[in-house]
Amino acid sequence: MKKNIGILCILLFVFLATALGSSSFISAYNLFNLVERSALYGIIGIGVAFVIITGGIDLSIGSLIGLVAITFPFLVITKEMPLAVGLLAIFAISLAAGVSHGLLITKLKLQPFVVTLCGLMIYRGLARWMVADKTMGYGEPQFENLKLLVGKVSQLPGCEGLPGAKQIPVAFLIFVVLGILAAIFLNKTIYGRYLLALGRNEQAARFSGINTTAMIIVAYVICSLISGLGGLMFALDYGSIQPDSFGNFYELYAIAAAVLGGCSLRGGEGSIFGIALGAALMRLLMNSISMLGIDDQLEPTVIGMVILIGVIADEVVKRIAAKRRAVLQARQATAEANSS
Amino acid sequence: MTEPNEKPLLEVAGVTKRFPGVTALRHVNLTLGRGEVLALIGENGAGKSTLMKILAGVQEPDEGSISVDGAEVRLDSVLTAQKHGIALIHQELNLSDNLDVGANIFLGREPLKRGFIDKAKIREDSVDLLKRVGLDVSPDTIVEHLPIGQQQLVEIARALSINARVLIMDEPTSSLSQHETERLFEVVKDLRSRGVSVIYISHRLGEVKELADRVTVFRDGENAGDLKRESISHNRMVQLMVGRDISQFYARKPHEPGAVALEVKGLETPANLGHKLSFSVRASEIVGVSGLVGAGRTEMLHVLFGVDAAVSGTIEIAGKPVQLSSPFDAIQAGIALAPEDRKQQGIVLEMAVRQNIGLPGLKKHQKRFGFLNNLQEGDDTEEMIRRLRIKTPSERQIVQYLSGGNQQKVVLGKWLAMKPKVLLLDEPTRGIDIGAKQEIYLLMEELAEQGVAILFVSSEMEEILGMSDRTLVMHEGRISGELKRDELSEEAIMQLATGNVAEISVT
Repeated sequence: MKKNIGILCILLFVFLATALGSSSFISAYNLFNLVERSALYGIIGIGVAFVIITGGIDLSIGSLIGLVAITFPFLVITKEMPLAVGLLAIFAISLAAGVSHGLLITKLKLQPFVVTLCGLMIYRGLARWMVADKTMGYGEPQFENLKLLVGKVSQLPGCEGLPGAKQIPVAFLIFVVLGILAAIFLNKTIYGRYLLALGRNEQAARFSGINTTAMIIVAYVICSLISGLGGLMFALDYGSIQPDSFGNFYELYAIAAAVLGGCSLRGGEGSIFGIALGAALMRLLMNSISMLGIDDQLEPTVIGMVILIGVIADEVVKRIAAKRRAVLQARQATAEANSS
Repeated sequence: MTEPNEKPLLEVAGVTKRFPGVTALRHVNLTLGRGEVLALIGENGAGKSTLMKILAGVQEPDEGSISVDGAEVRLDSVLTAQKHGIALIHQELNLSDNLDVGANIFLGREPLKRGFIDKAKIREDSVDLLKRVGLDVSPDTIVEHLPIGQQQLVEIARALSINARVLIMDEPTSSLSQHETERLFEVVKDLRSRGVSVIYISHRLGEVKELADRVTVFRDGENAGDLKRESISHNRMVQLMVGRDISQFYARKPHEPGAVALEVKGLETPANLGHKLSFSVRASEIVGVSGLVGAGRTEMLHVLFGVDAAVSGTIEIAGKPVQLSSPFDAIQAGIALAPEDRKQQGIVLEMAVRQNIGLPGLKKHQKRFGFLNNLQEGDDTEEMIRRLRIKTPSERQIVQYLSGGNQQKVVLGKWLAMKPKVLLLDEPTRGIDIGAKQEIYLLMEELAEQGVAILFVSSEMEEILGMSDRTLVMHEGRISGELKRDELSEEAIMQLATGNVAEISVT
């Protein structure tokens, strides 16, 4: 919590500045969209956090999102298979991707960067080849029920009358539930502790009797499964999917959200609340740029700068804290020496 | 030797060095004459390495002065130290083993010819330098193809190439064979005769006796005494190092060994194929494992702890054969290991004391659905902090900020909480101050009394002599001998450790 104060301040600042600069920013419609997209990025941010905590990385998320987003309508519409088969396929593809990443990284000791970079290319190519680069849509009636996933809470059965249900996206709800589950897993179970320990020091964790291989595979599987879910939700939300570009760079946004939220790419650190803030900040920035009439082309530049500033501020604060601690310890030592 | 009215070559006066939480050196003095071999001895943590780093320009002292040829100098970088003719040869050699011998000797000071490295000159000068250290290899040999003893000679050649007048050697023989050690001694004696001075740091008192013109002893960061050539004796050195009667320091009580707790039969480790190890450790018994660095001791412990798989052979715990394919299996079988590389393998530095102590027991104490058992973890931590007297502001303190001794206590604490039957310790007191060291010895004693079987690897002769009921000596991957308590002596161990099995019956 304490760690995330900096990013919380930036978030509030950007929010207020945009609200002052643009009247349409605080419209219900815009805010709904903002919260929904933030939640979607937050969901895949949670996924990649598991991998980052082990000290790894997953670059294949965007391509995996593209692959499941294409495969689903391809099976259900083009091949006229039942919806359940399509959903099962999403699950199977994500599971297979996660397991193979984990096995290659632990058993063959390949670098996560390399393994998932290959995944990035492989999944993208498969998605494009499967439909010969044709755009796929989610307009068909078969998907109507699933679209609840990206609708308003008030559209859920039995939730019409709940207060505020019209303003809250279902995606946000899913994100919150997923976030709570992930936070419990990381902080309250022995497996979460295993991940944090092995992310800091895999050898010491192994020497403490932890099956680090299994835990690392679990982390990649969780990441891929959440990406699969995220892919489905993104696809339902966007409605029209270009096989060559859908999901591009999403992994980088997810990684950025995790890093902004306090994950160290060295591993062993991460808070789910921070990731939520990171994802929200990124979506907010994208939204603010268009609301404030800043040139669209500058969007990546602005986001890049904000992340950089956030990381620099974090590092500076850490150094000051370390210095203070050293001074304190030296003082204690002298005091002890004098008293003895 | 220093002429009576001549200034010493090197003089250290009143040097103090503090680190956060510890004063490593307190007003220490040291003098070195021309062509003198000075042995600097002391227990781990006595401050030898710190002083050497100061002399080599790696660290600067907080107080005190250093003079070369009677003129005070400030050694603010390795380069400055080298300009004054001081070169340090680290215990872990500092060579780029992918480069050839010549390139290593001139690394960072390559002679140039029209902007390119002048290989011909490197070769020419290297041949000359190699001759001076008695090393008969081509300067084009890639360093990793040389045995460790020859690599060390390359380091010495490099030191000579900068015209070093003071050569500091930190534990130079810790990984050398008997033959290589003798060769090194010849080189050192030859250098002395040419007027090069040597500061020789070693734990091997036998070597010190053979080589040194004078001995300076450090204890707890202070001068403990000096011995002239004629008064150098094993007992005097130990007394000065330990500062008290040795029999008190190692508080050994004889204990009655119980049933066999660990039985190893024909164990072949992946690191030393073809050598079969067989031995046993009984309950309440402390068995030391001595040998040179690289003798296969750590590798053996790793197999016993399931880190590496055994190639062949059997391991029995309390009479039952066990299959150890991971540390988890070993822990289940009642085995614990405090590893040599404490910071990499023993603890998670960035985690709190409490989380480190709880780590091995998480699974054992877990609640339903894998939830953490915070109560148990808290109780275990509290007990260990109290029992081991871990000096920490709180159980939430990040282990990184504890002293080496307290970090080691955290390692021991996490294993004691698991109540092991067999405790494996790899260099249990390395880098630990003398107070914590004694506490660890007392703890080993206490555990043995409670029936734990202890197998400990140590490169510190005094520790082996002081602590073990029985000693296994390893040489090049095999157990070259076993010494009972009444057969134990530094000479007997060194004979076995360097592979002179035949002579042991004589001594």
